[in-house]
Amino acid sequence: MDSKLFPKTKTFTEESLKKQFRISEFLAEKIISSVAFLSIAVIFLIFIFVFKESLPLFSSGADSKALTEAEAKTNKPESYGATAEELKPETYGAETEELKPETYGSESVSNDDLKPESYGDAPKEDLTVPSTDETMDAVSQNQEGEDKTWSTFFTTEWVPVSDNPRFGLLGLLIGTLKVTIIAMLIAGPLAVLAALYTSCFASKRVKEIIKPVIEMLAAFPSVVIGFFALMVLASFFQDVFGYDSRLNAFIGGVAMALAAIPIIYTISEDALAAVPKTYTEASLALGASKWQTAFFVILPAATPGIFAALLLGIGRVFGETMIALMATGNAALVSANPFESVRTFAATIGSEMAETVFGETHYSVLFFIGSLLFIFSFALNAVAEFYVKGKLLKKFQGK
Amino acid sequence: MNTTKFKIAVLLIAVMTIGFSFTTINKVTVKGSDTMVILSQKWAEVYMKKNPGASIQVTGGGSGVGLAALINGSTDIANSSRPIKASEIEKLKARYNSMGVEIPCAKDGLSVYLNKANPVTSLTLKQIGQIFAGKITNWNEVGGPDAPIKLYGRESSSGTFGFFKDNVVRTDFSPSCQTLPGTAAIVNAVKKDKFSIGYGGAAYAEGVKDCAVKKDDKSPGILPTAATIKNHTYPISRYLYMYLKSKPTGEAKAFIDWILSSEGQTLIAEVGYYPLK
Repeated sequence: MDSKLFPKTKTFTEESLKKQFRISEFLAEKIISSVAFLSIAVIFLIFIFVFKESLPLFSSGADSKALTEAEAKTNKPESYGATAEELKPETYGAETEELKPETYGSESVSNDDLKPESYGDAPKEDLTVPSTDETMDAVSQNQEGEDKTWSTFFTTEWVPVSDNPRFGLLGLLIGTLKVTIIAMLIAGPLAVLAALYTSCFASKRVKEIIKPVIEMLAAFPSVVIGFFALMVLASFFQDVFGYDSRLNAFIGGVAMALAAIPIIYTISEDALAAVPKTYTEASLALGASKWQTAFFVILPAATPGIFAALLLGIGRVFGETMIALMATGNAALVSANPFESVRTFAATIGSEMAETVFGETHYSVLFFIGSLLFIFSFALNAVAEFYVKGKLLKKFQGK
Repeated sequence: MNTTKFKIAVLLIAVMTIGFSFTTINKVTVKGSDTMVILSQKWAEVYMKKNPGASIQVTGGGSGVGLAALINGSTDIANSSRPIKASEIEKLKARYNSMGVEIPCAKDGLSVYLNKANPVTSLTLKQIGQIFAGKITNWNEVGGPDAPIKLYGRESSSGTFGFFKDNVVRTDFSPSCQTLPGTAAIVNAVKKDKFSIGYGGAAYAEGVKDCAVKKDDKSPGILPTAATIKNHTYPISRYLYMYLKSKPTGEAKAFIDWILSSEGQTLIAEVGYYPLK
């Protein structure tokens, strides 16, 4: 081989050739590997950052924060009065104080009086304020420490902006799972059947139309899909089903299915197309119909790929922010009814991150949710990688 | 050799003059409340037309975002649809040793929206508070038909949310209150949902009914109109503020003085809010 490609002459020794090749190869290799390692490092750094920001939850650092808040009560900004007074002869400061909504009743409204309660189809016992919160109402907000924040994690109430903030992750988790299940129940069968149709039944012409059209759905920004759900889908489905709450888990699920379908479709279609032609031919030669071949030969043979596609779809729905923000109603209600509002993890981060103060408990909790999402998508990818590639693939290849 | 050096020198000077000329333009950045962003842009637009040398940059993001940017030093003026919080003043004080300067620059009425088909036309402040707290859950408790009340509100990062919570609800919002991004989304939701209630700026109420608000059981219901908000008979009205680190100087002072002048104030009504006077 060597002698054919590189005729041995006196000018090129083997040594010199090796060196020349080494330099260019070496450079290319290093550049490519450094890019790969950089991307791994970036992902790792993001994870460390997200997790680090949620760390204050695990250590007690709330004391200093509470102290500054208590102190700050007495301060008021000075007002820039000179020109304002020229503008208005009446006293400037007095009016500022007047322009407040009238109070009703006595100034100190007791919290027992105005306790949030549930209504509608939601089961009442789930949504009433737990008795621990009642005691927290009584104590001043400075008492809010790390252990109490933790105990509220397992309640169902998400009230982060309050005198006694409650971070009920349970309600958010249930909401997220509810939307994900609804979206996957709609998107999964539709996308897989569409993929089966295009790869097994459709003529080449039809396939060339359907495939780009479905893939174009992936090009829609999620804001557009969310807006469409908010304005059109919500009213349409309310007319059809006649439920109470206009924005609910079902609408969110439908809108997210629109976002997940192109992903599931594309990957399933690739998996179905990758099934060897010999399978089809053998099946047809044995006298099976086209329909039987598609469902009992090609579909099972492509199962690992379809499974991976579904997992990716779940990942997409789980992390979808904008659609959840606009279409699900964002009320953390716990009920089995799919036509009730829900609040998802990602939407919570999306709507509340903008104004949280650095280092505050609320901020840390949002980052904690972020790391939960990260861990979840990591686990999902791991399942897709190891289970599908390892076990399912072997099982279907008959090994 | 000499000529190339000369050329480089000339080039450098040219670049430096151009660069310097950019820095001398008086740039004022305004950041904050989404409620005020249209108003602020209008002010900036008209002001810059009148003063070609000035450059006013307006961005939204929310009241808290604007105040955070003021604390971080990345904006000159922070717009806010709610008064500054004590914790934010504390941060300003720690960083700049000043309590900040508060400039009320317009008035706004917070309207309670009802669907046009809803027979209920007026509510007391207490009833509104109890409805949003989840204490009253059926319209028949406030003289309406027997139907559950659907609540629509803003997300907790909104200044409108904070104002409504502190001054009307006075406790936590009901967990069943659906939070939507933006007042327009709330108006749209209330427009489509017969037994719903929402809140937001009075200027946004298109296609929905303003609820007449009573201070207590005996007083008459007052609709949020220009007159009632300006003379402060409508109970839920608020100031829109501009916040600065310290007393304004230079271009920022000129801009603010112009806003507070009658010329700047007349623009407020065009956008849908209410002038100070």
